[in-house]
Amino acid sequence: MYTQALNNPAVEAGVEDEEKLAAFQARIDREEKIEPNDWMPAAYRKTLVRQISQHAHSEVVGMLPEGNWVTRAPSLKRKAILLAKIQDEGGHGLYLYSAAETLGVSREELVDQLLTGKAKYSSIFNYPTLNWADVGAVGWLVDGAAIMNQIPLCRCSFGPYSRAMIRICKEESFHQRQGYDLLVAMMKGTAEQQEMVQDAVNRLWWPALMMFGPSDKDSKHSAASMKWKIKRFTNDELRQKFVDATVPQAKVLGISLPDIDLKLNEETGHWEHGEPDWDEFYNTIQGNGICNKQRMKDRIKAHEDGAWVREAAQAYAAKQAAKKSAA
Amino acid sequence: MSEQATPLWEVFIRARNGMSHRHAGSVHAADAEMALQAARDVYTRRGEGLSIWVVPSAAIIANDPDEKGEMFEPTASKIYRHPTFYELPDEVANM
Repeated sequence: MYTQALNNPAVEAGVEDEEKLAAFQARIDREEKIEPNDWMPAAYRKTLVRQISQHAHSEVVGMLPEGNWVTRAPSLKRKAILLAKIQDEGGHGLYLYSAAETLGVSREELVDQLLTGKAKYSSIFNYPTLNWADVGAVGWLVDGAAIMNQIPLCRCSFGPYSRAMIRICKEESFHQRQGYDLLVAMMKGTAEQQEMVQDAVNRLWWPALMMFGPSDKDSKHSAASMKWKIKRFTNDELRQKFVDATVPQAKVLGISLPDIDLKLNEETGHWEHGEPDWDEFYNTIQGNGICNKQRMKDRIKAHEDGAWVREAAQAYAAKQAAKKSAA
Repeated sequence: MSEQATPLWEVFIRARNGMSHRHAGSVHAADAEMALQAARDVYTRRGEGLSIWVVPSAAIIANDPDEKGEMFEPTASKIYRHPTFYELPDEVANM
């Protein structure tokens, strides 16, 4: 999902005290939450730092494709909604960075990892938002897919991550609904507006399905994350839930989904769907998607342009503190 | 990175009058005033609070989780501190 790069082969299986390891697993199996100062295996800590920080980076980079439309929103109402949503994404990034920091990594290190390209973010934000309907389709499909992934994360074994996800999920529902509402409004408009909706959905449907990460048969990271209850469902299970929930919504909207293999299996009650283009997925993760370079350029510029503000704030704080101690 | 790290603050929010402040999360800020502003923007976008406290994270003293046995175990054996320890005569219906 927002942490697809975790689906690459696991890194380390360091040497851990067997007894501590067993006691830790027993706590997890009893559904006890693990808190920052509790003992935890190094690999658990490392997996969480990577997962939570990638998730945070995705929220922050996710502000860019939507920010593209703020000045061109068609009404004051839509502009206010879009601004509120983008502000939420920034907030989600901050909740998540804080959760990652409880594991002993600094905010500065995490931001540095993003800006140097060492850390990944979700492939979805490397696609452009070409027309106004994309803003709606992002809310409906991208935030919809995110919700599918994030609801089980509310029960993640690591306390700070679970608490951050609970806050995020409460806010995420607004994101999906405003997107769907935007599309419903456009579908009531002119033929041209309806075509814009179909065009946006055609472009974003497959990238949204890719958000769940590679197919289970190619995902090497799930076993440990499942055992530690960081993850509760496999990539394919979550993807299926998303498809099942979304197909009826597309029907109500009056658009088609760009998958000729999509059909209801009467026996299972699930919608069978085609395979996303995994070459495109890996290519995007590797940094060669449509907007990867632009996104990184924009993030680096924002960070560098803000440097004087951070420096000035600290200089002011130091000056005030000195005055206070002198008085 | 030549930049200095921006200090970390813990944020506590009172949701309604009549309730105590509860830990909501943390923010980074250069000073207390900016920490309050950031806490407002990050943690009260939907009317979640009427009052905010920010405390430098470094000022919080916490017990060592590895010693939580010595710290909290003694209360487990003092079951007479709970009302259910006492059996009432049947004639007394409620107390």
